[in-house]
Amino acid sequence: MTDIAWIELALTAARPQAVGALLRYFRDLDTAEEAFQEACLRAIRTWPEKGPPRDPAAWLIFVGRNSGVDAIRKRARNEPLPEEEAFSDLSDAEGDMADRLDSSHYRDDILRLMFICCHPDLPNTQQIALALRIVSGLTVPQIARAFLVGESAMEQRITRAKARVAKAGIPFETPGAAERVERLGVVSSMIYLVFNEGYSAGIVNPDSAAFCDEAIRLARLLLRIFPGDPELMGLLALMLLQHSRAAARFDAAGQIVLLEDQDRTRWDRKLINEALALLDKAIRHRQPGPYQVQAAITALHARAPSAQETDWQEIVLLYDLLERIQPSPVVSLNKAVAVSKLKGPDAGLELLEPLAERLQSYFYFHGVKGGLLMQAGRNREARDAFDRAIALANSPAECAHIRQQIDKLSVAEPL
Amino acid sequence: MLYAILCYAHEETVFAWSKEEEEAVMGKLMEVQEPLMKAGKLGPVGRLMPTTAATTVRKGKEEPLVLDGPFAETKEVLLGFYTMEADTLDEVVAFSKKLSEVNPGSSSYEIRPFYVFHPNELGKRETST
Repeated sequence: MTDIAWIELALTAARPQAVGALLRYFRDLDTAEEAFQEACLRAIRTWPEKGPPRDPAAWLIFVGRNSGVDAIRKRARNEPLPEEEAFSDLSDAEGDMADRLDSSHYRDDILRLMFICCHPDLPNTQQIALALRIVSGLTVPQIARAFLVGESAMEQRITRAKARVAKAGIPFETPGAAERVERLGVVSSMIYLVFNEGYSAGIVNPDSAAFCDEAIRLARLLLRIFPGDPELMGLLALMLLQHSRAAARFDAAGQIVLLEDQDRTRWDRKLINEALALLDKAIRHRQPGPYQVQAAITALHARAPSAQETDWQEIVLLYDLLERIQPSPVVSLNKAVAVSKLKGPDAGLELLEPLAERLQSYFYFHGVKGGLLMQAGRNREARDAFDRAIALANSPAECAHIRQQIDKLSVAEPL
Repeated sequence: MLYAILCYAHEETVFAWSKEEEEAVMGKLMEVQEPLMKAGKLGPVGRLMPTTAATTVRKGKEEPLVLDGPFAETKEVLLGFYTMEADTLDEVVAFSKKLSEVNPGSSSYEIRPFYVFHPNELGKRETST
């Protein structure tokens, strides 16, 4: 790995903490981002020569704070910037810098930075875009490519979202315990949104598929500063487990491979083991939450040596629990699938009935329904459900997958 | 004499390596280890999972305390290590609590799951003499 590659990773890793601290200091997002940018430029100039600092974030906060103050002074009085020499030796004073920067603020700084991206007025896609820009430091062209929109459109979207956030007022006071828990919940959902944006893109769009890694990185970061939160452990475990199947979810032609047909040797055991370790930790807290339960369900799939050996009994029990703590028609849909594995297609179809109205425009509902009807030998009805699914498909891969199912129908009984 | 070599690094950067970067680094590290491996002088090598997967058992007033996260104090230093196989974290915590109970003074046990790069049986000579 080259020096520059290492420095880039270090800058990305330090970004949430550094921008978060600079935001607290300057109370203005643009000033904080510019100050961080300036500190990064200086890091790229000085680190290869002087060696990387032991605490890159502290270094960047210190240098960023000075350059931000200079920029404000310059704007205010229109005075020339001090000579580079006047403060270039600051980088040597990093020894006690970490002590001077109040480290107890760090976790709230990072949480605040993530939290402002989750403003309830912002639609999901804007929350994702804003978080990737502000917290992760992705460039506008990178984000635009992932969302398949033009750069100027994305630039506009982010600028508008930022204005919205600024207008709403950034909460600078140190949050109380209850508020902190609430913020953690909101930020967790945002991180999971980032993950799902990447997950649903699959291999079709590698630019957004990278969001999965990014979401995992953000969750690890958050868990490091809030190490005792079982739902955060659950969220990280859930994403690691889903991501562990990345190499098996699509075939060579880019077609979707269903969980039961996936080559389990291609699942990433390293990610699975880390997830299982996290889940073990979470369970010790005895405070089940939606992420933990979903992770536990996904873990049962990961633990099964083959699809036939899946513990559907336990999965149904976990879906019962999930329905209680986070009732939603999608959860009930997933439970219906699990029940059908245990008791056959008719039992599953029975559970789908009451969901039909609420999920009538949901792709997966019709895909699942078609699949169960096909299993039950009700091919004509299955065909109708599959047609409906195709009309609602979100991607060419989903469309192709349903076509394959229809092909199976035609083989069984020419229509 | 048996030696343990402990690797310290920035985990945010290490766990952010791309697959290519990871493979390149691991390849170079393997090259360095190979002569020692061939000579039968290299023991088990592993990488600890991220500190987010860590649990710490610390001496408490009565019973040892179980805390989430890595060991964070700076007064104590790393004095030894155990490796064990277990099906659940509970087993490891129970074992660590027992260690903590019989160990006088302040002692903490950081529990870190790890990936084995290559296992082997180094140490036979040491323990048999």
